[in-house]
Amino acid sequence: MNIVWSDWLTVMWQFASMSVFAVGGAIALIPEFHRFFIDEHAWLSESQFSSGIALAQASPGPNALMLAMMGWNFGMNATPEGYSHYLFAVMGFVLCLLCALTPSCILTFTATRWVQKNSEKQGVIAFKQGLAAVVIGSMLVSSWVIVRGDFVLAHNWQIWLIASATVILVWATNIHILWLLAVGAVIGATGVLGSF
Amino acid sequence: MEQNISPTQARPESLGELYWALTGLALQGFGGVFPVARRVLVEERKWFTPQGFLEEWAVAQVMPGPNIVNLSVMFGARFFGPMGSFVAVAGIFSMPALLLILVAVFFEQFRDYPAISGALHGMGAVSAGLIAGTSLKMASSLKSHPLTFWGAISFTVCTFILMAVFKFPLIPVLLVMGSGSVFLTYLKIKHRPPSKDRP
Repeated sequence: MNIVWSDWLTVMWQFASMSVFAVGGAIALIPEFHRFFIDEHAWLSESQFSSGIALAQASPGPNALMLAMMGWNFGMNATPEGYSHYLFAVMGFVLCLLCALTPSCILTFTATRWVQKNSEKQGVIAFKQGLAAVVIGSMLVSSWVIVRGDFVLAHNWQIWLIASATVILVWATNIHILWLLAVGAVIGATGVLGSF
Repeated sequence: MEQNISPTQARPESLGELYWALTGLALQGFGGVFPVARRVLVEERKWFTPQGFLEEWAVAQVMPGPNIVNLSVMFGARFFGPMGSFVAVAGIFSMPALLLILVAVFFEQFRDYPAISGALHGMGAVSAGLIAGTSLKMASSLKSHPLTFWGAISFTVCTFILMAVFKFPLIPVLLVMGSGSVFLTYLKIKHRPPSKDRP
């Protein structure tokens, strides 16, 4: 992969500018980063993208760490000849996380007082409830791009089966997320999903 | 903000206590930290009253950025100003980030083994299901939406189609669908008196 230094700035700018659009949190941004990293620039592979998200979910902490994993894999792919992959991966991880957090944190810090004072105003309520409907749509696209991107629908019905079964289990039960991920990992490890 | 704190209300005594409390709760949170945050901050530490927590959470949701990050910023600022915000955000991210890096290094070492790469794909499929399941649960809360369930869900569906099928980027979709939805919601609730017991 041919990544030059200025591409780091492009990536950091992408994270920083998307930060203030993360109305529904990090998950709602996944489709946008999928479009950016894979469709537009081809800087990450589909499997790096989805496994980064999976690892972030399997590990404790805020969902925003999924975005940091994109930086991790970008750094991995951007490592110049002769340098440690991990050094650049960590650099990508940290830089992307900082860029993703800083603008929205500053905005929150400065605007909180205003929102607290006006939280009963119809405009603020309409903003929150109106956007909720759109944000849920964007979150559904997130799971769509993870499954669709990585696998060819016709040849990997098993993937769709696992994803659909998970949806039903999340919907109907309170099974801990780690159990579901562990079962997925075991099924995948047996090789029934095919080789990649 | 200070006026919300009653004199008897418990509070973090130092930046260090704030940091470790948030680190502790972040390390217990899988697939999002919100349920743990509520338990630790309200029930265990008693730094929030239940009502106070819901109010802060409602504000955190309106702000752009991950809700739990916004909550940390607001929570840290309430007790220690800008430094408190910084320490709170560092608290929820530093240890989980370190742990995730270790996990990622581990998987990177063994990525070439078919069993490991297969396991990652299996987990990817589960992740997708987890996100969709969570979104659908959220969608059921649209039942009490001012635009009615079907009105709100049609914005959800249009957003999905625009982004998944037509591959529109997020920002234009958010601007067009979002402002449409917010505007219609506003028209609907404009004449309603502000009430405390809204959903």
